[in-house]
Formats: sequence, C-alpha cells, structure tokens
Amino acid sequence: MAAVTHESRRPALGLRWGRALAPYLLILPGGGWMLLFFLLPILTLGITSLESGDFINGFNFTWQFGNYTSGFSLYSTQFLHAIEFGGAATVVALVVAYPAAYWIAFHAGSRKSAYLLAVLLPFFVSFVIRTLSWGVLLSDNGPLFGPLKSAHLLPLDFRVLATPVAVTGGLAYTFFPFMLLPVYASLEKIDRGLVEAAQDLFASKFEVMRRVIFPLSIPGVFAGVLLTGIPAIADYVNQDLLGGVGTTMVGRVIETQFQVSINYPLAAALAFVFMLGLLATLIIYQRIFGTEQIMGG
Amino acid sequence: MSSDKEIPFYMDPSYLRGLTQKRITRRTALQGAGAASLMAALAACGIGSKPSVAAHANWVWDKATKAGVLDFANWPLYIDVLESKGKTTYPTLEQFTKETSIKVNYSEPIQDNNSFFAKVAPMLQQSQSIGYDIIVVTNGIFLTDYMLKGWLTELDPTKLPNFTQYAATRVQARDFDTGNKFTIPWQSGFTGIGYNPKLTGREITSYSDLFDPAFKGKVGMLSENQDTGNLALIGMGIKPETSTPKDWQKAADKLKSQRDQGIVRKYYDQSYIDALSKGETALSMAWSGDIFQANLSAGNNNLKFVIPSEGGVIWTDNMCIPLGASHPVDAITYMNWVYQPRIAATMAEYIEYITPVPSAQTFIQQDADAAKNAADKASLSELAKDPAIFPSQDVLAKTSYYRVLNSAETTQWNNIFNAVIIA
Amino acid sequence: MAETALPSGVKAEALNERVRSGPKWRRKLGAIVLPGYTHLVILWLFAPIIVMVIFGFNDTRGRLNIVWSGFTLKWFADPFGVTALTTAVYTSLLTATLGALISTVMGTMIALAAHRYSFRGRALLDAVMVMNIAASEVVMGAALLTLFIAANIPLGILTIVIAQVMFSIPFVAITVRARLVGFDSSLEEAAQDLGATPLTTFLLVTLPIIFPGVLAAALLAFALCLDDYVITSFVAGNVQTFPLWVYGATRLGVPPQVNVIGTFIFLSGAILAVGFAALQGWRSRRLARESAL
Repeated sequence: MAAVTHESRRPALGLRWGRALAPYLLILPGGGWMLLFFLLPILTLGITSLESGDFINGFNFTWQFGNYTSGFSLYSTQFLHAIEFGGAATVVALVVAYPAAYWIAFHAGSRKSAYLLAVLLPFFVSFVIRTLSWGVLLSDNGPLFGPLKSAHLLPLDFRVLATPVAVTGGLAYTFFPFMLLPVYASLEKIDRGLVEAAQDLFASKFEVMRRVIFPLSIPGVFAGVLLTGIPAIADYVNQDLLGGVGTTMVGRVIETQFQVSINYPLAAALAFVFMLGLLATLIIYQRIFGTEQIMGG
Repeated sequence: MSSDKEIPFYMDPSYLRGLTQKRITRRTALQGAGAASLMAALAACGIGSKPSVAAHANWVWDKATKAGVLDFANWPLYIDVLESKGKTTYPTLEQFTKETSIKVNYSEPIQDNNSFFAKVAPMLQQSQSIGYDIIVVTNGIFLTDYMLKGWLTELDPTKLPNFTQYAATRVQARDFDTGNKFTIPWQSGFTGIGYNPKLTGREITSYSDLFDPAFKGKVGMLSENQDTGNLALIGMGIKPETSTPKDWQKAADKLKSQRDQGIVRKYYDQSYIDALSKGETALSMAWSGDIFQANLSAGNNNLKFVIPSEGGVIWTDNMCIPLGASHPVDAITYMNWVYQPRIAATMAEYIEYITPVPSAQTFIQQDADAAKNAADKASLSELAKDPAIFPSQDVLAKTSYYRVLNSAETTQWNNIFNAVIIA
Repeated sequence: MAETALPSGVKAEALNERVRSGPKWRRKLGAIVLPGYTHLVILWLFAPIIVMVIFGFNDTRGRLNIVWSGFTLKWFADPFGVTALTTAVYTSLLTATLGALISTVMGTMIALAAHRYSFRGRALLDAVMVMNIAASEVVMGAALLTLFIAANIPLGILTIVIAQVMFSIPFVAITVRARLVGFDSSLEEAAQDLGATPLTTFLLVTLPIIFPGVLAAALLAFALCLDDYVITSFVAGNVQTFPLWVYGATRLGVPPQVNVIGTFIFLSGAILAVGFAALQGWRSRRLARESAL
C-alpha cells in the first residue's frame, strides 16, 4: 500500500469543526434531559418551598421562609429517625458485607463471578415484593416465629415487625448490593504482590488485614457507605411495610405532605432541606476521605 | 311475600355462595341491638325534600348521549364480587351490562380520600378528564373541596327516578349536599372497633378498651385523622359537632398517652384489616363492612364489629360524576340503576355496609326465606336484622358525623392530630 | 533473594504458608468460617425470594397469604387472573423498555464524550451525576412533581418514562464509562487511518467492542426502571405500575398471582444473568483461543 502523506491525512475543515463539536453533540441529548428534568425541577422545588396558601385557594410565591422553620419544628423527630435508622442500616450492611466481599475477592478463585451473580440475583425482583416477603417471613406467627413460639422457644408476645429493628434490618437488606459491590471492587483491585510482600515481612494475617488490605479498600468502603447510606436515609417504604409506631422517617413525611395533605410549600421545603443536608454530608465526606471519583476517574 | 322480579339463577345468592369456597355461619356482630324497625326509624329522622330542576344553561345533559361504556372508580371491598378459579367477576355489574349494554370498567384505586384527592386534583385543576365517570367520595373536607371548586358535574334529577322513589328520606336530605345536586350515596358505614375475641380474650364494648394496657402492642388505630380524632372525641363524651380546638387538644393528648404507653402497634390506613386478620392486632379501630367482608373471604367468623357504648362515627360514601367525565349518561344510568331495591339487596348481601335503600331489607329477608341451605338461611336473616347494616333509631342516636371543618380549622385539626399519628 | 536449599519434596510456598499462618487448627477454621459465613450471607439474601416462590404454591383462601395451607399449582395456571395486576405489569414492562432504550442511548453518548474528549462543562456533568445520587429518590420525585404541576403536564405514562430516563442516565453513563476505561483507542485510529468516517468507525469498531458494557448498562437500566417505586409513585398520577400495584395491594392482602409473577421475573433475570455470564465466558475463551493461534 502506498504511504499515506501527511497532507492527505489532515481532515477537511468541516470535519475538523465536526470533531470539535462532537463532544457537545454527544452530550446534548443526555445533558439536555438532565438539565430539563433534573436541574429545572430542583429549581421549581425551591420556588414551591417559598410559596404560601392552600390548595383550594391557590398557592402564591411570597418568599415564605417560614415553611422551612415550621417544617423543621414539626418534623425534626422524623429527620432524626431517618439519620438513625439509615445510619444504623449502613453500618450493619458494611459489617455484614465486608467479610463476604473479602472472601469472594481473595479466596473464591475462578468462581468469583458465580458468587457475585448469586449476590446480585435476588435484587432482580421488585424491592416491594422482597420487603413484603420479609414481612411474611418475620410475621408474628408466620413461618419463622410460629414454630418457635409453639415450641415455647420464644415468648408469645415476641415480635420483630413494627419495631425499629425490623426497619433497620429491612434497609440493610434492601441496599446491600450498593455496599458489597464497591467494597468488592476495591478489594479485588488490591495488588496481591503487596499482600505477599507483607507476608514476606512476617506480618500475621491480622496485621496484613489491618495494615495492608483494609486501608487499600477504603475507597470502596467510602463509596459503599455513600451509595448505601443516602438511599437508606431517604427510604420510607421499609418503614411503611415493616415499621410501627415511632419509626416514621422523613421520606414518609415528605410523601404524605405532597400526596395526602397537598401542602406543597411545606412539602417542598422539607424535601429541599433534606437534599441540602445530604449534599452537605456528601461534600464533607469527600473532603475528609479525599476526592474519590465515583464517576470512574 | 312474592318478589316483583324474577332473578336469574346466577344472581341467586345461595347459588353464588355455593360457588365460593366455604359455607359461612355468621353470628350477630353487634351486642344488644334488637330487630330493626327501619321504616319507623327513618320516618322519624329528617324530612325528605324533592329536588327541583333549576334552569341550566349549557348543561352537560343537553348534549351528552349514552356511550356504551362506563369507568367506575371505587374503594376496595365495596361491591359484590365473585371469585372463582382466581378470576374475579362482579355479578351486579354483569347484570347491568346485560340489561343496558353498557360495559363497566371497574377499578378500585381509592384507598383514602386524601391521597385520591391529591392524585386527581391537579388534573381537575386543569380541566382535564381524570379517566373516571363515577368516583366514590366520603363526606368531609374533600367532598366539600370537590364541590366548592366546581369539580363535580351537577346531576339531572329527572334521570334519577329510582333514587327519588326508593332512597331513604334521611338519605335524601344530607346537609353536606342539599338537594342532592352533586352526589347520591353509595353506602354508609360506621367507624367503631373491630376485634378478634380469641385474641382479646373477652368481649369489647367500650372505647376505653382501646386504651387497656392489657392489650399493649396489640391495638390498631386509624391513620385517617378524621376517624381517629372524631372517635376520640366521642369516646371522651364530647360531641364532635360542638367541639372546640381545646377539646381536640384534649383528645390528642389522650391519644398521645396511648401511644407513649406502647399500646398502639401502628396507625393504619385501609391495611388495618390485614393486620387484624393476621392477628398482628387483637383489636383495632375499624369500618363496619370491612369486618364482615374479612370474615366472608376468610370463611370464618373470627372477627367481630362493635359500636362503642359511648357512640360511633357514621359517614356516607357518595357517588359523583367528576368534571370532564367522558361518559356521563352511562354514569347516571348506573347511579339510577343501583337504587332498585332488588339490586340494592344483592349488593348489600356482599358489601354489608348501610345501604341507602331501606326496602332492600325486604328482599334480603325473602332471599333468607328462599334459601335452601340452612347456613345461608341463617346468615341472610341475620343480615336483614343486623343493626350495623339496618341501624335502629337508638343506634343512630349514638353516632355522629365528622366535625365539619373550614379551611383554617382543617389546618389546626391536622396539626393537632398529625402530631400524634405521624410519629 | 538468595536461594537456600530446601528439603526435597517441600515446596517453598507451602513452607512459607506453614511459617506464616500459624497452627493447623486455626488454618482449618479460617478455611471453614469465612466461606461458611459468605454462604450464610447469600442464604440471607435469598431468604425472601425463597419465601416468595414457596408462597406462590400456597393453597390459600381469602386474601391472606402468610400461613401455609397446602400445595397447589392453580395460581401458576392462572397468573393473569387479576386484571388490574396484569395491566400494571404490562405498563411496567412498557415504561421500563422505553426508559431503558432512551437512557442507554443517551448515557452511552455521554460516556463516550466524557471518555474521549475533554470539554468545557465536563466537570459540571460529573457534578450533576453526583448530585443525582445525593438527591435521593424522594427529593427527585417530589421535584419532578412540582415541575409537572407548574408546567401543567398531565401525569401518566409520559411522565413516568421521563422520570425513569432521568434517573437511569447516570447509571448507564457510569457503567459504560467503566467499560471504556480499558478501551484501546488505537483500534479506532487504525480504522480512521484506513479511511473510515467517525460514524462508520463507531458502528463497526467501537460499538462491537463496548457492546457487552452497553448491554449490561441497558439491562441495569431496565431493572432499575421496572423496580422503581418512589419516583414513579410521585409522577404516575392514576396509572399503576407493577410495584405501585403491589404496594397498594398490601392494604387488603396481596394475591398469590403477585408471587407467581415475581417468580417469573426472578427466573427471567436468572436466565438472563447466567446466559450473559456464559456468553462472556465463551467470548473470552474464544478470544484466548484465537490469540493463541
């Protein structure tokens, strides 16, 4: 084949402009969608939060910051519940997931993908059904506790449902893959040579874990805590189906104010505050743990 | 007694019962109430008023014609139903289709008034059709809102002759819709206490039973604060109609202590009946017909309903035609059709709430007499005499409607009671 | 490292293993405890699925499905007996398919742009993706509702698809981007040297290589859209999707048909996932064979 000269390789002017525009054209549909249906709604949410009035007589924009103060004073307990249960669920998920992720990453060998598949497969079923099934499994006289109570191994008025324990457990379960996968990914990437080097230097298994493996897995733990914690704090379906008195989380309040009480300004204020809180947590978290690129660098 | 109308075999209640799985024996659900003397009771209650047709310009009914299809949105467990082989059919709807050639698209999207209102209000605000021709709304702030905002189609009384002829006089004069301009009742019901005697260990008779520490963690309360708040007032001996915000706060404080003692397991929406059936709660605030329906579908008599000795709450669910409905003529045809006493009787035998057609009682008694099966005979005659379905005067005297609230009072009421319920 | 003579028959690694790990009983324990624990975790993850499948065979009367009353196949014989449920399933499949298609296309384009070019606004794009995760479903759903109300857009299938595309795009972009990280762009350059236009290059070179990643992202988007409850509940209006219907059914008792349909969905997912994994394995073995030739 004839050698390709430099001149003939230089593209025409139109093509060069096309190349420069290419990234913008590529991100136009997706970016435009996000602009229109993510950023713009946040703006309308903010505007709604500053309105006053009621549904019958209409809402008007009046810079009503009072919505924020009344929202907070009325529902501070529910904000706390959300942080409590969501936080607890995240810790539970981390504690449960880490050893399993470690074993799969380091010792499962060729069957790694099979185990990962096994972890992910249950989450293909709708989470409403999964949570409901937990409700069946854990019901007061259901398949698990019924026989135990008949055998007098449990007191008759023992129950798990309608308690904070059930809600926390449900949250940890629902968002479990969001914890396990990032932790696994970072454990898997750890250079085995480093582990061997530590072992060559006569570190015990415990020390290897403490000083080599765990620190190197922190980016994954960081990502996992974030991806689990935020949805867990915001969730309200678990507490609807598995909770009782004293377990209401702020997500339920926001939904109720929108869909039941039709108090849009108060609801919007609650939602906006909630989002700002989560965003602030995210930023502080990133500052402390370094800039972890969740987007993949 | 002879029936005016030959009912087809598939409408025969005993045949229908034979198709469903279990034979039912029902014992009287209410304590202490005697045989109903409905005509006398109703004659004593209120005056009927014949609605007048005012002049209307540009009326929906001038141009609308029958379309042959009807979209009917209702509450769950609120119509006669037949379940065989996992398929659900509605006998009276099928009969309606047979007689009028109008196909009914029946759905049960209404779980409570608030959330349904929140769903459809944005559409109605923009004068869009919500996709239903008939919706069923309880009296209260939301029905008032629908009417105030002009979101309901005014009814043409000339198309409702059965209503005029057969509806109870009490029903024809409801002060939340004078002249029956926008709504006619579907069914009425009581809010009282449902319980499982096996789990409570004793009969429940009073509102204070809901506060008994012996039932710690086994009591269900309703999250609909109209029901919970009004019943709390009645339970404390305060008449809701004349109650003041101070009274509401007193009631809320009492409810709060009930919650803080751990007596309440959860504040339920319609799902209270699920919890009661599962045994998660031993007793619960309840709506009358749900209890009977639950027994019917479970095939046993585990649950009982009682109006507390202090009194109960009574409410009416009303059929209305929303603005922009696509098939209003079909809707009003159906609304008129269900007021035939024979049809009302068949529906009442399943729904087991308070039917607005008193003469239905006669037909239920006929069905009882004609029943071949002893169990059906027993249950149908009990139904005909049941004070929760055909309430007597003394029962009615002890019940109150919801406290009527204006806009400012609504916010106050919500704030006071939601502080307890949303915990 | 200086070589020291080892007794014959002893491998160096084995010797080191014995020196490093401690007594035999502890090693044996370690070999049992951790895998045993992992298997227990997996059992815990499957517990509600097992319950769901089993209770699809429950011969239950009435509306409750929590106590075992005998084995029956009648629900499997008639999974579409509840009309409203079937409609909801159909609606879910429709919106999820549309949502997955649209978001996969848009998300892949974003991933390509972010991977290959550095352009102004890239940091903003990253920030938007992160905010999407931080905002949480309840806030996003609420915000969309306020937008649709302000703009007088009727709630229904259109708004459901809009919302589902919105929250799927970041997931697709991240997944495809991860796949692109190891992508060898010299292949593209070679194609262009041979005179291919950018479009042809993309269709004939890039796309086939990143296809597994794109497919995985599409499946992920489909699963997310199918399963979504919170955002959909805000913007669906009167329309019922499968999760919305099931949640509503909890008030009175969930019919066993839900268990049957859930079992179908689970089996489809299992077959898809196993098939996908097998395909990956087959492809990599084929590649290995070809490169060995």
